[in-house]
Amino acid sequence: MLSAALALTLLALVFGLLLGYSSIRFKVEGDPVADKIDALLPQTQCGQCGYPGCRPYAEAIAAGEADINRCPPGGEQVIHALADLLGREPVPLDPERGEEKPPMVAFIDESDCIGCTLCIKACPVDAILGAPKQMHTVIAEECTGCELCVEPCPVDVISMIPVKEDIDHWKWPLPEQENGELS
Amino acid sequence: MKRWPFHGGVKLPGHKEESTTRPVEPAPLPKRLILPLSQHIGAPAEPVVAVGDKVLKGEVIAKAGGFVSAPVHASSSGTVTAIGEHPVPHPSGLSAPCITIETDGKDRCLKHKQQTDFRQLDPATIREQIREAGIVGLGGAGFPAFIKLNPGKPVNTLILNGAECEPYITCDDMLMRERAGEVLRGLLIIQHAVQAQRCIIAIEDNKPQAAHAMQHALQRLAADPIDIVTVPACYPAGGEKQLIKIVTGQEVPSGGLPIQIGVVCHNVATAAAVCRAVEHGEPLLSRYVTVTGSAVAEPRNLDVLIGTPVLELLNHCGTDFNNLEEVIMGGPMMGIALADHGVPLVKTGNCLLAVSRGEIEQRPSVMPCIRCGNCADACPVSLLPQQLYWHARSKDFDKIQEYDLFDCIECGCCAYVCPSNIPLVHYYRFAKSEIRSLQEQKRRADIARERHEHRERRLAREKAERAARHARKKPGTDDKAKKAAIQAALERARASKQGAPPDDV
Repeated sequence: MLSAALALTLLALVFGLLLGYSSIRFKVEGDPVADKIDALLPQTQCGQCGYPGCRPYAEAIAAGEADINRCPPGGEQVIHALADLLGREPVPLDPERGEEKPPMVAFIDESDCIGCTLCIKACPVDAILGAPKQMHTVIAEECTGCELCVEPCPVDVISMIPVKEDIDHWKWPLPEQENGELS
Repeated sequence: MKRWPFHGGVKLPGHKEESTTRPVEPAPLPKRLILPLSQHIGAPAEPVVAVGDKVLKGEVIAKAGGFVSAPVHASSSGTVTAIGEHPVPHPSGLSAPCITIETDGKDRCLKHKQQTDFRQLDPATIREQIREAGIVGLGGAGFPAFIKLNPGKPVNTLILNGAECEPYITCDDMLMRERAGEVLRGLLIIQHAVQAQRCIIAIEDNKPQAAHAMQHALQRLAADPIDIVTVPACYPAGGEKQLIKIVTGQEVPSGGLPIQIGVVCHNVATAAAVCRAVEHGEPLLSRYVTVTGSAVAEPRNLDVLIGTPVLELLNHCGTDFNNLEEVIMGGPMMGIALADHGVPLVKTGNCLLAVSRGEIEQRPSVMPCIRCGNCADACPVSLLPQQLYWHARSKDFDKIQEYDLFDCIECGCCAYVCPSNIPLVHYYRFAKSEIRSLQEQKRRADIARERHEHRERRLAREKAERAARHARKKPGTDDKAKKAAIQAALERARASKQGAPPDDV
């Protein structure tokens, strides 16, 4: 009787120490679920989801505070990827958040730019180059098309233009489906 | 010599005789040459000429834009009239950057340097000459040739691909018949560069004249470790991995390169170009092109300057434009339909197939897949085409990669045997381009995330610095320190006055 109680106490002690050690030794920094969600978001940092950037939105989804259908730039593809990751049913994009658009890039009409730097401050990825009272320009390669620079411009010279289709980015279309197929 | 059959493949009607009855002749010098900057796999070339510049034949007009890239040379003399977008041979029908040269008709040539015997050159020098000559794989892939000459591993077998398995195409056949010596010398140069132990020239058995010509040239050269092997005509025996299987019995691993099993494979036309580059210092300026098809009155092979508009070649061979259905660059199995006849002939353009209206029967209607499995039997890569098809249709791009989509060589055998006429290859191309685009999106998103995080950190740092500056300016503790400093200075001044006067006073 006594030996059994002793043995169990000893075991409990050993496992307790082991667990205690592991929780310190193998502590996970950050939130791995939020990381995985963040990796699927398009990183436009546009804020259309109502959160100040992709990372905060990812954390909100991970915490169960936000639904997965609030990202218009990601569109259907991101909703499906998130649904897959989180084991949920895909839902249609929340129309209040905006609509899915073809990829765009910001363009500054440089002849009318007054050099106020407001767009530079608005750009979440530092894709606008310029200095006070100097002309500004968009580094098209780095622009995510978030449209955040359009609104602050006092002289309305920033426009969003569709990304030009070229041979390197051209995609084969899906073939027409067969006639006799039941859909 | 023993040959190993590869899995699948299809027997196709050859249609080769039409274009092999006439001897090869040079195509007339066009008024305009259009030279795309990207005629190869890798980074596009960068122009080194300006509009209005006079150029000579053989002059570099665009230099290589990176390591995996190839320079572009003026294929005749004249004036650069435009550098900009022009339609190019591509399934999209889109334009790409090109250099346009208005030819002066004199075909004045840049002086090529006299070359020494290649055996005295070290492999690095040969590779450099081939790189400067802008030679890319002329069999169709367009991979810069010099890279394959630097395998970094011992080469056991060097294979020269003269199979030319696709119907209608005969340019390699005619090249071997008419320039067998050049092809062989090119092979010897490549062998010297990669230090290959043995060489095999593989020719399909439907080209006896080419095989004979090569044999004849081989006897004259008396080169030792070279074998000429005829392989049974079966499409796609000319596919690099299929040909390696046939002549060596070895399989290239999935997703791997031939060099992993000690094999290097080059096309016969590439070897001929290598010979001209090393022996005469001549860059890649022209190639043999088959102009054939039922809409062509005089199907034949032409020696064509790179950049010649396709329309001129079609005209030269008497194409009936009233009865023309479409023009395909390449063969009927893997070629691309040209949306515009003004596109130039590029380094990889081996054939122009002008199809007349009656030749292809009305495109048969597509029926549902009945899971017959004919496609899997025909696939030369032993893939499961119907599984790939289902996953491509449902856009399940993870699953389709589990079925080794990227090992598909897009040969078209599966679509050819499909009783339901499903355009299978089209589905695979769709899936491949979607996957590549998703990868590109991911790459861009990662960069955007990094830039955003960087900016957040910078803003936080600037805020902290501002706060620190603000704190330093605050009265109180600061004042006390300032007063103490003034006091200390006064003390020092007083001390120096009271102390010994300086010597120089």
